[in-house]
Amino acid sequence: MKQGTKQQVLVLYLATSALDADVVGWSVYDGTGASRPTTGDSDEPPYKTGVAALEDGWRLFQASQLIPPYPGHEHDTSFLKHEFFFEKLRRDS
Amino acid sequence: MARFVAHGYLRMDAVVPPEMNERAMDVLAAGIPSVPYGTPLEEAYPQGSFAHELVSLPAVAGALESLVGAAPTVDHHFVHIREPHEGSAQPLHGDAIIDVRPDAFDVQLMYYPQEVTADMGGTLSVPGSHLRRTNETDTGRYQNLRGQTRLTCPAGTVVILHHGIWHGGRRNDSDIQRYMFKIRLNPTVPQVRLWNTDDLADPAVATELSATFPWYEPATGRLEVHNRVLLWRTLTGDDSFDIDYWVTRVTNRPTLANQGSHA
Repeated sequence: MKQGTKQQVLVLYLATSALDADVVGWSVYDGTGASRPTTGDSDEPPYKTGVAALEDGWRLFQASQLIPPYPGHEHDTSFLKHEFFFEKLRRDS
Repeated sequence: MARFVAHGYLRMDAVVPPEMNERAMDVLAAGIPSVPYGTPLEEAYPQGSFAHELVSLPAVAGALESLVGAAPTVDHHFVHIREPHEGSAQPLHGDAIIDVRPDAFDVQLMYYPQEVTADMGGTLSVPGSHLRRTNETDTGRYQNLRGQTRLTCPAGTVVILHHGIWHGGRRNDSDIQRYMFKIRLNPTVPQVRLWNTDDLADPAVATELSATFPWYEPATGRLEVHNRVLLWRTLTGDDSFDIDYWVTRVTNRPTLANQGSHA
């Protein structure tokens, strides 16, 4: 594996568009290779809110936009709306 | 039925007797010959075969008749096997392709012949996800959602799922090969009042249909109830049914013709 700084990614899905809202879904991808998170591997979120992840050192690098529903499809439901991407950078020791 | 409309599945624990479960292990290991798409269920599996006996169990047959009528057709079936220590899970997905029929739905019968323990990677499913408009594995980014179901169950359990529910086989971290037999069934009649409707007026119906789930964003959860009302209207033929005025309010468009004359 290539040496250097590696990215760990945390994706949190929040109850509203506010970053301090409660977590309703989560995913983790680990570029260090130290762990292999996968679908359905935990029932409890790693943080209660998005801000709690910030407090633990995760850096926010993307948040979903607020996009009006397509006309005629205002009541349709689809993907989770409030998606926030965080990262931590780990340097190989 | 209201619980099925809200949750997207019906679970029946240990509904298949032990002697059938023992027989199933050999039957599923050998494989069940495929049938052409659209084969009537009553013709799909020979008399005396395991699959025929499975769908003929009174509890199973009754549930299927309530959901898709007395004469559904077999879309397809498949024996799923999760190998021991296989290392990965399926991405969260809905089967087939995006399917947004407002007035019909297929069901998927999932049968578990073995006891499924937590480390065997029992099917992950997401209650209340079946009305979401997403296509197959486009939901694969979601690893975990609050309130998800990581199935553990006794041997002989049958779960019947709405076609749209998000699900996936979890990683099997045990030493045991895990089997699941799935049959997708299509209705051949309008799915209107196919079940025992004696208690349609029971307030518990609205309570069931109002269920919310921990993974819902609250705002979207309101839309889910709105959409369940529409499905319930279809299933009952009652276009006046509503919960908390959700549908009535947003469809109320008075016209001049409705105004009375004022002397």
